[in-house]
Amino acid sequence: MQATGGDGGEASETMDCNEAIHELYSYLDGELTAWKRRAIARHLDDCPPCAQGYEFEMELRQVVVSRCRDEVPEGLRERIGRAIGEESGGSTPT
Amino acid sequence: MSGSIESVGCQVVADQDRFADLAMPYMPALYSAALRMTRNPADAEDLVQETFLRAYRGFGSFEEGTNLKAWLYRILTNTYINQYRAKKRRPEESELEEAEDFYLFRRLGGLEAADANRTPETEFLERLPEAEVKEALEALPDQFRMAVILADIEGFSYKEIAEIMDVPVGTVMSRLHRGRRRLQKLLWNFAEARGLTPEPEPEPTGPSGG
Repeated sequence: MQATGGDGGEASETMDCNEAIHELYSYLDGELTAWKRRAIARHLDDCPPCAQGYEFEMELRQVVVSRCRDEVPEGLRERIGRAIGEESGGSTPT
Repeated sequence: MSGSIESVGCQVVADQDRFADLAMPYMPALYSAALRMTRNPADAEDLVQETFLRAYRGFGSFEEGTNLKAWLYRILTNTYINQYRAKKRRPEESELEEAEDFYLFRRLGGLEAADANRTPETEFLERLPEAEVKEALEALPDQFRMAVILADIEGFSYKEIAEIMDVPVGTVMSRLHRGRRRLQKLLWNFAEARGLTPEPEPEPTGPSGG
């Protein structure tokens, strides 16, 4: 027996919670095929706990990104510009 | 002929300008990554300067159209490994046991029941202070930390990270997976120690003390 579903969009691969959890990071990292992403999207539509879990992981990543920005210290840009200028024989870039 | 001192000088300035235009915009991101890796502002500044100097020296061999950002991170990573890691191996780097998937979400009560009104997860995330997040990330072992920074903060693909860290894609995935789980556990531990975790659910049947 095999399911034949035309374009592959509807041909459903059913996915259970374990598989959805297993694929979480590949999904968030954008490393899955469109077909696999659709299977996950379908599972999340039907499974609020997994959907909330995915949403939590996405928010967590946003939080990590937003908390890990640091101001470039005063003078570092100039210091590097000078170092590059000296490297190439004394002319300082503007 | 490009023999005269004037034309060589012009060429040098042009190279410097072009390098500055292309590479300097990545400085803030590189500095943040350097600070997470060295955990020390003075070392981070030195690491970024060394990265830019090496990049400048190698700029002639850099091929236009290839990924400049990935190339800069590769130089940063190599410089860090060669100059800083050996110098400052910190024994107190986290030796956590593995955590399960969705560690934080589970600790916050998720996956147990679908409740559209539940908010503790979101509240927990919103209240996480900057210092806790940085501290947790900086407590990860080097190789995990670098992978997590490159993927989660800088958004590099597995393949790009494999090239930056000079390891196979499978190794990248494993480092990411383990690094992220540990990060969640560290975030929970730090938050718990500082009273930032939600109140535990009241026990259904409390023991009648004594």
